Amino acid sequence: MNAHNSISRRTLLTGGLATGFLLAFHLPLRAAVNEPVQPPDATDGKFAPNAFIRIDPEGATTLVMPQVEMGQGIYTAISMILAEELDADWSKVQLLHAPANEKLYGNPIFIIQATGGSTSVRAFWKPLREAGASARAMLVQAAAAQWNVDPASCTTSKGEVTHKASGRTLSYGALAAAASGQTPPKDVPLKDPKDFVYIGQPFKRLDTPEKVNGKAVYGIDAIVPNMKFATLAQCPVFGGKVGKVDDRAAKKIPGVRKIVVLDDLVAVVGDHMWAAKKGLDALDIAWNEGPNAKINSKAIWDDLRAASAKDGVVAKSTGDIAKGLASGEKLEASFELPFLAHATMEPLNATVHCTPDSCEIWTGTQIMARVQSEAAKAAGLPVEKVTVNNHLLGGGFGRKLEPDMVVAAVRIAKEVDGPVKVVWTREEDIQHDIYRPVYRDTIAATLSAGKIVGWKYKIAGAAIIARWLPPAFQKGIDIDAIDSATDVPYDIPNVHVEYVRAEPPAIPTGFWRGVGPNNNVFAVECFIDELARKAGKDPVEFRRGMLANQPRFLSVLNLAAEKANWGQPLPARVGRGVCLQPSFGSFIATVVEAEVDEQGEINLRRATSVVDTGIAVNPDTIVAQVEGGLIFGLTAALYGEITIDKGRVQQSNFNDYRMLRINQTPKIEVHVVRSGEAPGGIGETGTTAGPPALRNAIYAATGVALRRLPIDRKLLAAGRKA
Amino acid sequence: MHMATVLTINGETKSFDAPPDMPLLWVLRDILGMTGTKFGCGIAQCGACTVHVDGKAVRSCVLPVSAVENRTITTIEHVGSTPAGAKVQKAWLEAEVVQCGYCQSGQIMSAAALLAATPNPDDSDIDAAMAGNICRCGTYVRIREAIKQAATGRQS
Repeated sequence: MNAHNSISRRTLLTGGLATGFLLAFHLPLRAAVNEPVQPPDATDGKFAPNAFIRIDPEGATTLVMPQVEMGQGIYTAISMILAEELDADWSKVQLLHAPANEKLYGNPIFIIQATGGSTSVRAFWKPLREAGASARAMLVQAAAAQWNVDPASCTTSKGEVTHKASGRTLSYGALAAAASGQTPPKDVPLKDPKDFVYIGQPFKRLDTPEKVNGKAVYGIDAIVPNMKFATLAQCPVFGGKVGKVDDRAAKKIPGVRKIVVLDDLVAVVGDHMWAAKKGLDALDIAWNEGPNAKINSKAIWDDLRAASAKDGVVAKSTGDIAKGLASGEKLEASFELPFLAHATMEPLNATVHCTPDSCEIWTGTQIMARVQSEAAKAAGLPVEKVTVNNHLLGGGFGRKLEPDMVVAAVRIAKEVDGPVKVVWTREEDIQHDIYRPVYRDTIAATLSAGKIVGWKYKIAGAAIIARWLPPAFQKGIDIDAIDSATDVPYDIPNVHVEYVRAEPPAIPTGFWRGVGPNNNVFAVECFIDELARKAGKDPVEFRRGMLANQPRFLSVLNLAAEKANWGQPLPARVGRGVCLQPSFGSFIATVVEAEVDEQGEINLRRATSVVDTGIAVNPDTIVAQVEGGLIFGLTAALYGEITIDKGRVQQSNFNDYRMLRINQTPKIEVHVVRSGEAPGGIGETGTTAGPPALRNAIYAATGVALRRLPIDRKLLAAGRKA
Repeated sequence: MHMATVLTINGETKSFDAPPDMPLLWVLRDILGMTGTKFGCGIAQCGACTVHVDGKAVRSCVLPVSAVENRTITTIEHVGSTPAGAKVQKAWLEAEVVQCGYCQSGQIMSAAALLAATPNPDDSDIDAAMAGNICRCGTYVRIREAIKQAATGRQS
């Protein structure tokens, strides 16, 4: 095999959805999910008490990662949780990507084996602690039996069992074989959080040393002996088909080996990506564009606006909304968010080797088991004949919650002798994304004596859940689309929330970092600022007045205001904006400070977030996730928009689908509040916070109440009427 | 038919068969199996493919292999053997810069070239040298901090 498959210590072996979601989604858990089960590859002499832990006779402690590492630091957090209850020796910890196995590694929130929605720590907190504690108890039982002492008289620390009274110690490695014969205890006690030795400490990440020296292996880096390289073109118009292909010029290009023509895509297979790419460029493809060639952004927005004028399905109703809206001063607004591409730095790819009776895949995916089953369908094989080797992901952001990159590669590989690595060009990646849908939210609210008395909120947008997790789509409500709309933290007596399912024609839509809360937190927090202004109150003060029963929200808001110097004077056309959000089971307040120049261009000066995410497993990772999440969200607010003309995406690469760069990055401070509450989600919180906080800063700086993203600089030029 | 191409990469002589217009990126990745250098955009917009040619940071995705014969090429796999590269890698881990890590080979190559030429860069030097490298995870704050740590040898 190749060098990529060598194993070293701490080498990774190759081979939200949010509070609302947690509360709203009550599918019966299959009993087997995360039950301790002997892993399939457990071998003699190795202690493998459950799906997550293996200890060999030398003491090497291999932890199997049920969630995928795409930058969020989850491999380290999962390892810390397991090692904490196991009392493992951290220096002996090695990691293994989980295989496709929904029964062993299903995410307890989604049921399926998926990483997303900032759920990893929330979903696996209890099962991983139980797995660690149960394994520890079995090691203690084995030692106690050997010494003929009471297990309760033994202690554990750093991979050893000790019997203090007799001064005896045995390592976990020495106990591995004996522990395998022990019965897992029922109702194993978990540690009191005050006794945590790993959880809560800023641990260095386990995945980063190999990411600074070129040794880390992402899906795109898989090397399989004798593989060819391919790149593909799908019809630029969504849903279009291949018409005629003239491949005479392409076949003359050195290194081109094969042209694969399927009904909806064409791929060129070559000795390397350059041959494949030049071959693809040299093809003359006539596409049958089909009926979607008429679709454009204006028509999509017209349709969405019409849909949002209709009544929706009621998602929440408290108090008396008719009465609430009839009293006091009324304000109405609508907010609109665009299609967005994910643009993971690692372009879509999969390497596939299909034979008549097997299919092996090397890729980096957020959905292991679904990739396996979809690949099996595409290959025409039973699912057990398909092997998926997962890798590190060069960004996921929800794009790799979809199996399309693997399915396309399998269909191409079926036409190729031997393995083939299929890599999408950046242009193909952006023009055939599965996009964050367009959303439109309408809000009507009434103010009386400086307080909100009525709040009617309607979301219109695609139901991603209906496609992605159909059992969770019930009574016409997409629990992701309404997330953070039905649990607004403010004390409002009369609240009414509706959802209108509005699917854009032909444009595929899916999850994007921040998911439903991205939309709802933006609309809610922008509108709260407009109401504050109408009430003649400072935005922070206005929010404080509605948080008497929300101590965790109040606490993060107050600290964020203090840390961000809220209320202190600023130069002209500089403003601060605040965002408070209830998303992903965490409590976060953010203040962005920005300047708007005479032409309407934005200069980000400073961002401050205060995070109460309950028990912070690895605090520095939490800081890093919020820092990066803010950049991700601010990038979208400043630049992000996919537009459609003649049925095709108009953007193609980083020149016209822009990213924030280091020279535009503000100073960022993130403060993590100490808490003993159960952990919340964190990976998407910064993304959700950035856009509304920036928009509110611009509102403060200019008086212009922006209601669409991305930010339209033309509306912000000096001298324009607010 | 074309003549074998000979390149000096990381101090080693490599001989292979490649079309002269083939970008260095694909030679490294697909012919030589050196996958530390990453493909991000193919049009020199993101910097993921950054390598050193004669010590300068260049985008290998648009650099034809015929243009780098008889030049000294260094990649992420070997940059740690240069003083600036070693300092940058160390600072990257101390500041825990990395998230998904996919862009970081390119970030580190750009930062190492910056420090080799400008041992004590100020913020505007960092902006100029690093603005061509996109990080989708948004690690920019820590990249700036790590470059300063690498320059001064101090942790803040």
